[in-house]
Amino acid sequence: MDLFGIPAPLLFGQVLLGLINGAFYALLSLGLAVIFGMLNVINFTHGAQFMMGAFVAWMLLEWLGIGYWGALLLAPLIVGATGIIMERLMIARLYKLDHLYGLLLTFGLGLIIEGLFRNEFGSSGLPYRIPVELQGAWDLDFMFMPVYRGWVVLVAFVMCLATWLVIEKTKIGSYLRAATENPALVQAFGINVPRMMTLTYGAGVALAAFAGVLAAPIYSVNPQMGSNLIIIVFAVVVIGGMGSILGSVLTGFGLGIIEGLTKVFYPEASSTVIFVVMALVLLARPAALLGRS
Amino acid sequence: MDRRSLIIGGSALAGFSARAQAAPIRIGVLTDMSGPYRDPTGPGSVICTEQAVLEFGNRGLAVEVIRADHQNRPDVGANIARQWYDQGVDAIVDVPTSSVALAVNSIAREKNKVFLNSGAATSDLTGAQCSPNTVHFTYDTYMLARGTGAALTRAGGDSWYFITADYAFGHALQRDTSRFVEAGGGRVLGAARYPFPSTTDFSSFIVQAQASRAKVLGLANAGTDTANCIKQAREFGLTRNMKIAGLLLSFMEVHSLGLETCQGLVLSEPFYWNANDRTRAFTQRVRPRMPANAPPAQVQAGCYGVTLHYLKAVAELGAAAARADGRAVVAKMKAMPTDDDAFGPGRIREDGRKLHPCYLWEVKAPAQSTGAWDYYNLLATTPAEEAFRPLAEGNCPLVRS
Repeated sequence: MDLFGIPAPLLFGQVLLGLINGAFYALLSLGLAVIFGMLNVINFTHGAQFMMGAFVAWMLLEWLGIGYWGALLLAPLIVGATGIIMERLMIARLYKLDHLYGLLLTFGLGLIIEGLFRNEFGSSGLPYRIPVELQGAWDLDFMFMPVYRGWVVLVAFVMCLATWLVIEKTKIGSYLRAATENPALVQAFGINVPRMMTLTYGAGVALAAFAGVLAAPIYSVNPQMGSNLIIIVFAVVVIGGMGSILGSVLTGFGLGIIEGLTKVFYPEASSTVIFVVMALVLLARPAALLGRS
Repeated sequence: MDRRSLIIGGSALAGFSARAQAAPIRIGVLTDMSGPYRDPTGPGSVICTEQAVLEFGNRGLAVEVIRADHQNRPDVGANIARQWYDQGVDAIVDVPTSSVALAVNSIAREKNKVFLNSGAATSDLTGAQCSPNTVHFTYDTYMLARGTGAALTRAGGDSWYFITADYAFGHALQRDTSRFVEAGGGRVLGAARYPFPSTTDFSSFIVQAQASRAKVLGLANAGTDTANCIKQAREFGLTRNMKIAGLLLSFMEVHSLGLETCQGLVLSEPFYWNANDRTRAFTQRVRPRMPANAPPAQVQAGCYGVTLHYLKAVAELGAAAARADGRAVVAKMKAMPTDDDAFGPGRIREDGRKLHPCYLWEVKAPAQSTGAWDYYNLLATTPAEEAFRPLAEGNCPLVRS
C-alpha cells in the first residue's frame, strides 16, 4: 500500500523516527518551560547546558571511568550545580527587569560556554558509545529499530510525566506555582522564595543535561551540538505556550513528527517547517496552543 | 575580529634595508574558527600558513599573517574579504565552505588580488567560475569523487543513494560523484538534501537510504555532519548490507569517531601526515604548535604548501610588483613548478588547479593501529595528471581564450 507515493511501512517508520526526535525536543523544552514558567527568564543557555551534559558524560567516562548509567545520574547533578551558581551570581539580579535582559544574558553565557568548550576540545567531536545493555536493534519488518532509540522515547516520556506530576500534583509544586503568581505573599508564609527559584533553575538545567547524556551515544558530542537544537526548542516552547509544561511536551512530540514527515517529502525544508508552524500558530492563536493570554 | 600578526624577515634581521621598510606582504587566513569545520581547518590553517612564512625565511620580504572567522556565511566572508583587500591584504588563504569561497573568488578577481584556496571543495572554482586570481590547492569535488566514488563503483558498489548537504559544496560533490558512478556502469537511486548547518539527526535519511536498496550510501557532506551520519548509520545497522562512502571524510572525523566506528571505511586524501618521510618531517616541524599537538590535516597542510609557493612567486617578482598585480603573481605561480614537503613536486595548471597525486586510504582496525594518530593503510595512488578533472572538461573560460 502506498500513501502519497511512499510505501506505508516506510512512512510509518518515519513517523516513529520523528517521535524519537520529538522526545529530545520535549525533554529540552520541558526544562525551558519550567524555567520560564517559574522564573520568567527565557533561558538561552539551555543549548549549551544540553551540550555540557554530553561533555560531562564523556569526561566521567574518560577521566573517572564512570559509564553511561552513572553519568545519567551524575551529569545532571553536576551541570545543575553550575546552573545554580550561575543563577545566584547573575540571573537572580534580572528578575525584576524586562524579559529581554534575561534573554541577552543567557544567550551571551551560552556563546561563552560554547566557545570555552570549543577552545578546549575542538569542534569535530568526541566519541561516546551506546552502553552494552542498550546495543543492538529490533528488526521490525519495515525498518531496523535500534534499542537505544526506543529507550530514549521511554525515558523522555517518563521524565516529562514526572515533571508534570511534581509541578501540578505535589505540595512543592503548589508552592512553586503560588510563588509565580505572588512571590511576596508566599514569602510572607515563611517560604524561602529566592531559594526555591534557584533550585528551580538548577532543576531546569539538570533536565537539559539529562537530555545531553541521552544524546551523547547517538549524536556527535561537539560544542555546537546544542546551538542547532536550541532554536527549534525555543520554537517548541513558543508554540506550546510560554511556560506551559503540557503544551511544550505535546508540541515537542508533535513537531518531531511533522519534521520527520518533511524529511521524507521535501528534506530541504525540514528545518524551516518548524518556523512555518510557529508563524501559523501565532497568527491563529497569539496565546499559542496552551498558553495563558 | 580575531587577529594575530607575525612579522618576519626584513626589518628586524636585515638591517632595515629600504625594501624591508616598505609595506609588508599581508596574508589573511579566512577560515572557520567557530563552526563544524574548525578542527580540520581553523587555527591549524593559521599555524600552517605561519609555518610556511617561517620556513620561507628572510629573503628580504616582510610578511604579515592575519586571520578572521567567516562563520561559514558567504555574506560575512565576502565582507571581510572586501575589507581586507581594501586595507592592503594581498592574498587570502584557506576559505573552507564552498559558498564562501565562491564569493571570495569573485572579489579577488574584481580587485585584482590573490586567492589561495585550500579548504573549499567545489570544482567550480577551476571550472565555470575559474579566475586568473585564484589557485585551488588541496582537493576538489572531482578529485574526491574520482578517488572514492570510482573506486567503490569498481569494487561492485554499482547503486548509490546520497545524503547531501544542501549548498554549493554538497551539490557539486553529488554531481561529480554521480558522473563516476554512471560512467562505471552504476546507477544513482536517490538523494536526500538536508538543510546545512542546522541538521543533527540523520536517522530519517539513513532509513530512506536503506529502503532504496542501494549498495552504497554516498555522504556528500563534511565535518561533524559526516561524523553524525557515520555514527547513526552504524546505529541503524546500515553497514550490514550497504557500504558507506564518506566522500569528504578526513582524518579529523576519523579521529573524532574512533577507529572502532570507522574501521574499513575508504577515503581519499592527498595528504596524510604518515605517508612518507617528507610528510613526517613536515609534521614534526609544525606539530608542536598545532592545537592539541595533533598532526596537520590535509587542508591545513594545503595552506602551508600554497603559501610557501606564493611567497616563492612573490620573491621572484619583487614585493612591489606583486602587491600591485595579483594576476601577475598567480601567473608566476603557474609558471613555476611547485615543491613542498607536504605534497611533493607538482604544478599549477592554467585554470588554477594545483596537481599532485591523490591517495586512496582504508581506515585501520583498532588492532592494526600502532599508536595515536596512526589511522590509515594505503590502498592506491592516482598520479597527479589523472587525479583531477581534465582541463578540457572543466569549461574554464580562461582555457578557451
